[in-house]
Amino acid sequence: MIKIANAQFWVHDQDEALAFYTQTLGWEVRADVTMEAWNFRWLCVGPAGQHDVGLVLMPVPGPPMLDPDSSASLAELVAKGAGGTLFLETDDCEASYKELSARGISFNDPPTAQAYGIDTSFRDPSGNNIRLTQVLEFDPSRS
Amino acid sequence: MAPLPLARHLVRAKDLADARYYESLSVRDLAAAAGLSQAYFSRQFKQTFGESPHQYLLTRRLERAASLLRTTDWSIAHICFAVGAQSVGSFTTSFRRMFGQTPLAYRAMYPPAEWHVRIPRCVAQAYGRPQNRTFREDGVTAAP
Repeated sequence: MIKIANAQFWVHDQDEALAFYTQTLGWEVRADVTMEAWNFRWLCVGPAGQHDVGLVLMPVPGPPMLDPDSSASLAELVAKGAGGTLFLETDDCEASYKELSARGISFNDPPTAQAYGIDTSFRDPSGNNIRLTQVLEFDPSRS
Repeated sequence: MAPLPLARHLVRAKDLADARYYESLSVRDLAAAAGLSQAYFSRQFKQTFGESPHQYLLTRRLERAASLLRTTDWSIAHICFAVGAQSVGSFTTSFRRMFGQTPLAYRAMYPPAEWHVRIPRCVAQAYGRPQNRTFREDGVTAAP
């Protein structure tokens, strides 16, 4: 069986991302190890209660991994929201929206009924998109 | 509407401890989440879940601390405050009582965190290459 172990987001600042995903979103640190010789920090977080999947928060690389222009372009693309989307599920979208709003998360849109359920979305500090969905039985009349 | 069973109120407090253990939560906060007086809450919590709310919160913090000792290279003080403990001294005492050894000794029983996380080969290839080296062939025009 092949399964997802970790997914990855590019982030502009790992400390900022760590604070967001743990203190604001309430996730757990799965790993945080700095390889001094490589000038590299492996930082992985994940939701409490779902231990077999993690989100690796990788810094936008500079030289020699990426030339300066490409690095700046990647950082800009992430900031523009083109870095990718993480799809989360919740059993109560409205409650999660209220709780996370109270914890300082600014949502892109309020919980909205869709044919597939109720969902909303927000961004991490780098601009990565996170969609939060309460899945319901498919009902085209709801949207 | 029928009143909620007491256990439903107690679970709210338990959920709060599970979710926000890293904040400066106290038994008083847990009792408030349950909407009960602190003394009554503590008695009922222990009767329902088999351990006191203080013990539940403490063991949640210590479980997370043990995980961070195994999977990060953070200092003991950093881990202590990251899991909501208020002082390194009392954290170390509680940890030793629970695990039978100090946090440092506990960490030493496990492989270094960098082994545990198994840095993927693509990362090692990208970041592990020697950098800032010059070689004699640099700048030499290839022979025709």
